[in-house]
Amino acid sequence: MKPVYLLAVVPFLGILGGIVFANRVEPYVFGLPFILFWIVLWVILTSAIMAIIYRLDPANREERQ
Amino acid sequence: MNIALLIIAVFLAVAIFLGIQARRGRDMDLEQWAVGGRGFGTLFVFLLLAGEIYTTFTFLGGSGWAYGEGGPAFYILSYGCLAYVISYWLLPAIWRYAKKHRLHSQSDFFVSKYNSQALGVLVSIVAVIAMVPSYLVLQLKGLGIIVSIASYGTISSNVAALIGAAAVTVYVMISGIRSSAWTAVIKDIMVLSVAIFLGLYLPFKFYGGVGDMFRQIQAHKPGFLALPGTGYDVPWFISTVLLTALGFYMWPHTFGSIFSARNERVFRRNAVYLPLYQLILLFVFFVGFAAILQVPGLTGDKVDLSLLKLSIKAFDPWLVGLIGAAGLLTALVPGSMLLMTSATVLSKNVYRAFAPSASEQRVNRLAKILVPFIAAVAWYFTVNSGKTIVLLLLLGYSFVTQLFPALIFSLFPNNFVNKWGAAAGIIVGVIIVTYVTVAQTTIGQILPFLPTSLADVNVGIVALLANLLVTVLVSLATRSFGAKEQPA
Repeated sequence: MKPVYLLAVVPFLGILGGIVFANRVEPYVFGLPFILFWIVLWVILTSAIMAIIYRLDPANREERQ
Repeated sequence: MNIALLIIAVFLAVAIFLGIQARRGRDMDLEQWAVGGRGFGTLFVFLLLAGEIYTTFTFLGGSGWAYGEGGPAFYILSYGCLAYVISYWLLPAIWRYAKKHRLHSQSDFFVSKYNSQALGVLVSIVAVIAMVPSYLVLQLKGLGIIVSIASYGTISSNVAALIGAAAVTVYVMISGIRSSAWTAVIKDIMVLSVAIFLGLYLPFKFYGGVGDMFRQIQAHKPGFLALPGTGYDVPWFISTVLLTALGFYMWPHTFGSIFSARNERVFRRNAVYLPLYQLILLFVFFVGFAAILQVPGLTGDKVDLSLLKLSIKAFDPWLVGLIGAAGLLTALVPGSMLLMTSATVLSKNVYRAFAPSASEQRVNRLAKILVPFIAAVAWYFTVNSGKTIVLLLLLGYSFVTQLFPALIFSLFPNNFVNKWGAAAGIIVGVIIVTYVTVAQTTIGQILPFLPTSLADVNVGIVALLANLLVTVLVSLATRSFGAKEQPA
């Protein structure tokens, strides 16, 4: 188990845990209700987090050679 | 026949024609073509992959739920995202094992891992129970809605669903096991342009913009855009997203597609990009929300009509025809794949388990014969179900996710779960889901001592916990005679 893998827990905390606090219509962000903005934000952050894991995961570096 | 219906009929004819072509000539493997992307621009490849996630479920069901339920519809945006996180580790592990043991189907995987033919049959039956009455039915329901609406009411929805079932059956029978990759490409391009156009244009036309639209909805229905205090509340959201994220790759067709990858790094790379494709769903939500104040009064499973009803209000019949045609393809392509998978699983993984001496030819012929029968059963369910498209798929997920514990345990080295535990767990999970569904009750009603905050938890998750418990306990209890029977 590589430590960087622990980052994968973060999207679960952000979406499943965060929804408890983000379940509101106001304030609007970019015109979106806050709950929708929150989920969209986490979709983007999830992609970024997975990119970091992918970069730091030795499994991908070995195969590239 | 009006112009809208005519356009839809033309697209159906083209899809069937392409199916015939695909059968004759060599057909292109969409997976390699889109994922590899050699020779095509990045933008084009992105669009193709984004189009993939549009099925009737998202197109009509997603907009329908945004219209009917509001905030709870956002779960659709969330679960795929978490499923892709899991896929980073799950899919390479499945792929490696399947490659080493030359496996071809989901059933094979369980048979090989647990060394039990019977478990393979059980898994196949659960998968078909999950697919036909929900996933396949919702595609037929979508087809029925499209044909009925495009006929401007002259064709009843039951007859329209029958036409839809017949169309899918003919499509599958003609194009055979491999349907045309080109139909899928046309579908992706059409549905993507239609969804983006509708999602941007309709809020602008009726409200002056997306932001203004949300403000007006909030003024008319305060709190509708967030999760309500009861029913589809926060505990429901969390349990449902978790259930569907875990079940994402448990469908026989998605599980089977894992095997086709060239190497395991593909999965890890996809886990980085695929979450972003989910954002295309925003446009579908916008359409459903735009319909709230423009075509009010749709209730029950009629909410799935919202996208098309609003289109009829906003556009000329020819454009309604094009939108309907896009919808037709989103139901036809996945619908045919589901119908084919169900028939193949029943024939290859269930029938052959009982008749091991049956020839390859006989098994294939049986699969073909099963196609119209399964379509008829699905039509029966379609006509008799008052559920919305989203609720239909959630029911399917409650069933199919029951395969998750046995799968996950099997991937660990020194797995202590045996075939008895795996089978008992799956059976208990499926029975709980069936009971709660048939009795039309909720977890809060069955277990009244639970705190009210847990009353609306998704039944699938409760069944999954019971499944997990039974899997572990039965495995431990049967440990001794399991070891004697099959020394490992």
